[in-house]
Amino acid sequence: MTKENILRVCDATMQFGGVVAVNNLNLEVNKGEIIGLIGPNGAGKTTAFNVITGVYAPTNGAVELNGKRIVENFPQGKMKQLYKGQNNGKYTKSHLLTPDKITKLGVARTFQNIRLFKNLSVFENVLIAKHMHAKGNIFSATFQLNRKEEQRMREETLELLVLLGLEKNKDDMSTSLPYGKQRHLEIARALATNPSLLLLDEPAAGMNPQESDELMHFVGRIRDDFNLSILMIEHHMQVVMGICERIYVLDYGTLIAEGNPETIQNDPKVIEAYLGVDD
Amino acid sequence: MTLTAFFQYCLVGISIGGIYALIAIGYTMVYGILRLINFAHGDIFMMAAYFMIFAMVDFMIPWYISMIIMIVSTIVLGVVIEKLAYKPLRNAPRMSIMISAIGVSYLLQNLATYLFSALPKQYPQIPILNKTITIGEVSTSIATFITPIITIVFVVLLMMLIKYTKVGMAMRAVSKDFETAQLMGIQINNVITVTFIIGCFLAAVGSMLYFTPRPSVFPLAGSLPGLKCFIAAVFGGIGSIPGAVLGGLIIGICETFIKAFGYSEFSDVFTFVLLIAVLMIKPTGLFGEKMAEKV
Amino acid sequence: MNKKTKFICTLVLIAIGAGLLVFIDQATPSSAMIRSVLQLSAIYSLAAVSMNMLNGFTGLFSLGQAGFMAVGAYTFAVFTIPVASKPTVYYLYGVADALANVALPPAAGIVVAGLMAALLAAVIGAPVLRLKSDYFAIATLGFAEIVRILVASSVFNRITNGSLGLKCIPGFGSYYTPFIVVFICIAIIVLLMNSTYGRAFKAIREDEIAAEAMGINLASHKQMSFIASSFFAGISGALMAMFLGAITSTTFPLMLTYNILLIIVIGGMGSITGSIIASFLVTFAKEWWLRFLDVEHFIGDFHVPLLRTGFRMVVFSVILMVVVLFWSRGIMGQKEFTWDGLYGFFRKLKNKRQEKSPVGGGAAND
Repeated sequence: MTKENILRVCDATMQFGGVVAVNNLNLEVNKGEIIGLIGPNGAGKTTAFNVITGVYAPTNGAVELNGKRIVENFPQGKMKQLYKGQNNGKYTKSHLLTPDKITKLGVARTFQNIRLFKNLSVFENVLIAKHMHAKGNIFSATFQLNRKEEQRMREETLELLVLLGLEKNKDDMSTSLPYGKQRHLEIARALATNPSLLLLDEPAAGMNPQESDELMHFVGRIRDDFNLSILMIEHHMQVVMGICERIYVLDYGTLIAEGNPETIQNDPKVIEAYLGVDD
Repeated sequence: MTLTAFFQYCLVGISIGGIYALIAIGYTMVYGILRLINFAHGDIFMMAAYFMIFAMVDFMIPWYISMIIMIVSTIVLGVVIEKLAYKPLRNAPRMSIMISAIGVSYLLQNLATYLFSALPKQYPQIPILNKTITIGEVSTSIATFITPIITIVFVVLLMMLIKYTKVGMAMRAVSKDFETAQLMGIQINNVITVTFIIGCFLAAVGSMLYFTPRPSVFPLAGSLPGLKCFIAAVFGGIGSIPGAVLGGLIIGICETFIKAFGYSEFSDVFTFVLLIAVLMIKPTGLFGEKMAEKV
Repeated sequence: MNKKTKFICTLVLIAIGAGLLVFIDQATPSSAMIRSVLQLSAIYSLAAVSMNMLNGFTGLFSLGQAGFMAVGAYTFAVFTIPVASKPTVYYLYGVADALANVALPPAAGIVVAGLMAALLAAVIGAPVLRLKSDYFAIATLGFAEIVRILVASSVFNRITNGSLGLKCIPGFGSYYTPFIVVFICIAIIVLLMNSTYGRAFKAIREDEIAAEAMGINLASHKQMSFIASSFFAGISGALMAMFLGAITSTTFPLMLTYNILLIIVIGGMGSITGSIIASFLVTFAKEWWLRFLDVEHFIGDFHVPLLRTGFRMVVFSVILMVVVLFWSRGIMGQKEFTWDGLYGFFRKLKNKRQEKSPVGGGAAND
């Protein structure tokens, strides 16, 4: 089976002041895979997401999407002296795309602490994500010259809501939804951007075992339906072990293990990171 | 320009800068703690001038007692504003509290127009401050001469207060993290009240020094100096007291020299251009701390 | 309620409004207070809606409104003062040679005024829009003050007539002109806000980081909103110049920005209909209904206390403070007036009344 590479994170280091949040991270996602990114709290998982999606510029390292460099940076300015990571000098270009450009290239994400558009309806929340693919400019949109496009956007939005079981709530305020549905709405919103790679930041947080079980199947389903590759951060081991094909384990910003679920479960380093070790 | 004239302008610039610094401290402290641009601060400064006129002209009270009355009433005004207009909005979005501050500014200006009429009123003469003194070849009024000294004294006292007293420590804690400070048992409301008392006290002193050499007071008299002082605070890095002092001095001196070279109509433009330039190059100001939003 | 009924209702409402306007125009003497107050309210509503585009819809707290209005007003005046009147207007400094023979028709002047304000917004937008909330507010405020100082400065004597200001500005051709212009402009703004771009603006207001993650380019969208808002602010400034006939730099003080801001707050940040309603209410109250507060009154021999010049504005600002503190959502909140909303409101009212009187009401719910 040939594996087509979607995402490759190369030697990414993220340093805030003197704190190294992500240290020399190398990570790969191939087409159609569901990959888990796990680690204790504060291990740098969300920071890694922020680097991939362009929210933070990495201090050193690069991110490639479909073989194309979307982000690349090296220690500059004050960081030159402060830099504590590895591979200093390997990267010499500074090429940073803003998050919206990266989303346009097909990377969508959800947020750990739900970030919905609070005062807008469920329908509008998803419809907004369709905006970036709209071809009309501000004038044609204002004077309704792109009515067909608008119509299509609305139809696609409705389809998505039906798929995620949110069609009954479509006119509700997004914040009036119960917690679980808000998480679903975030996923719907991310899917509306037509991604090829979906990053889920703790999608099962706050869910009971039954709900997280449902979520697990749901993630598998959207991978197949939307032809996605998925990278997810998750603490529910039952979910991670149940669905992920490969797992990366971060601790204190450093990759301590990678491999399929069985390997990870038996890896002494991982057990040490999670449980501590008796001296 | 002769050397004498140069020194003369320097002195005037430092003096006006010192006054700006006193007012800017009020802005910077309130911003540091409440994250609020207190748009009403300039108007409090204006009201202080009217209090002085009221006491000295309408009630014929001697200047040293009037001064105390003026300072006390200004402080009361500031604290009352905080309790009525800002405290109820503590948990509201930041935009609401800013709008409330604008509303207070609007109210104070209209109130002053109503109470004291829109016509300029003469600021009472304080004999001691108006005396002319001559040092070498530079002659100036006492007010101009003592302003920098008063500024330095108050700033040093304030820094000591913040550094060594319990309430000062509480203030530092609150400005670092509002919620955590509250959880650590700091009486937030007391700290805020103290902040307003200090800010208003300095504004009242600044008002007396500012208006003494100037001919008149009118209801909008606080608006422009208020803005300039806010800019001084931004320039120095909002939340930082030494920054506010430095910002005030720089603006005061630059303004004086621009006027001296005959471009007085552009002295205010300079201030605003300086503001925009600072915001572009170093939005946190000279001594400001960077705050990042967590994703 | 289906689409057709709603459309008819809207048409009927517009017709009623237009009819009322015609009636007032015909039935009142040309000096009647209500005539000018209505015009002023219309102009304020455009100013308020354009500011709301930025502050209420895009979440950018701008305090530069008066500056953009000044730019619009001055541009309009400079380009439309009749050639014959120029020597009288510029009697002291003379008029710039390039402008001596320029006099555009007012309609073109309005568009140029809007474009000029938009152009200026485009120039200052790129750097200023990078700033965060209150820094942005203070930078736009500074910009407005710079505009005000510059138009009154001696450098532009031959264009803006320095501190003397401009007069002999062509007025409205007909009584209806301001209403028509304002109606068209607000209609365009409504369309814009309901388009996909309007939704993107709202997304930025709600959560910048999430908006960016949805592929919305913050810089370009903020810039668009800023330019569009300034364009309409410029037009409202031009209308203001037409209404007043003469302008100086003091016509557009910071106080004007505050006034408009407070109109938006009363109407509801993020509601176009709210801003319009509030503009009319506030302008009527300020310019007409509360006027009596400024005059000393006697009831018999009793001298009514407090009433004298300036009291009107004090009462007005107290009302504003009460709204800001206790009713921060304003009249409409973020909602718009809709027929469905009205229908729902009456139904709820009816249900409530029936619940309250179960004896007479019989079946409380159908």
